[in-house]
Amino acid sequence: MTLNIFYFLSFLAVLSALMVVFSRNPVYSVLYLIITFFTIAGHYVLLNAQFLAVVHIIVYAGAIMVLFLYVIMLLNLNRESEPQKSSLLKVAATICAGLLMIVLVGSLKGAENILQADNGATDIGLVKNLGKILFDEFLLPFEITSLLLLAAMVGAVMLGKSEKANDTI
Amino acid sequence: MQPQNHIPIDYYIWLAVTLFSIGVLGVLYRRNAIIVFMCIELMLNAVNILMVAFSSYLNDAAGQVFVFFIMAVAAAEVAVGLAILVMTFRNTKTTDINILNRLKW
Repeated sequence: MTLNIFYFLSFLAVLSALMVVFSRNPVYSVLYLIITFFTIAGHYVLLNAQFLAVVHIIVYAGAIMVLFLYVIMLLNLNRESEPQKSSLLKVAATICAGLLMIVLVGSLKGAENILQADNGATDIGLVKNLGKILFDEFLLPFEITSLLLLAAMVGAVMLGKSEKANDTI
Repeated sequence: MQPQNHIPIDYYIWLAVTLFSIGVLGVLYRRNAIIVFMCIELMLNAVNILMVAFSSYLNDAAGQVFVFFIMAVAAAEVAVGLAILVMTFRNTKTTDINILNRLKW
């Protein structure tokens, strides 16, 4: 049963990831990317990492994708006339990605041997356990993350501010 | 070998590698800078899947905390990156990444 759900989610994730790359309209790319993110959240639920599944949906589908959609609408890019690379470059890109995939699979082969046999019920992905570790072992990185987000916010506002008063975007 | 969901870890490795390669393909294949950003997000998520899978299979919560930090960094990266994109669009009226070689002057 879970294996069937895994196959379905994986198929959907890979298919919509391919559609992100190959669809001509950027708005469609964003919508397919949202499907990919929801399937990835489903994988997290399947792995019993419920906290990360919820955070993933909130951060990616809720914040980042809205940002992408706003920028695409703001720049008025929802048309299908963007410059394409030459077909030689496209073939080269496909070959490069395929070779990278072969290399990664080859290098990760045998990773299942590092797993020990003793595997009880893993409930480390629940909010209770993860919160204990996050605010105990990883307290300093957690606080530094807030600094990073503050710096990113200040940088985004500084970069996005227009110097001229009559700019439309 | 397998925790409660009976899925071998190889399957997760295959899925993550496939998604990562599709992300790399998108970065190399497209010229629209926004699509390139989306493919970078795809690559980050492929790594996140593998981290959560190994963390869950090895019963070690540090991997999931790292995934949490990666999400925060991804959010910061997208905010700054899209602000840079809007700024270059304001100056050049295009999101073609080939136009960005003007940065070298």
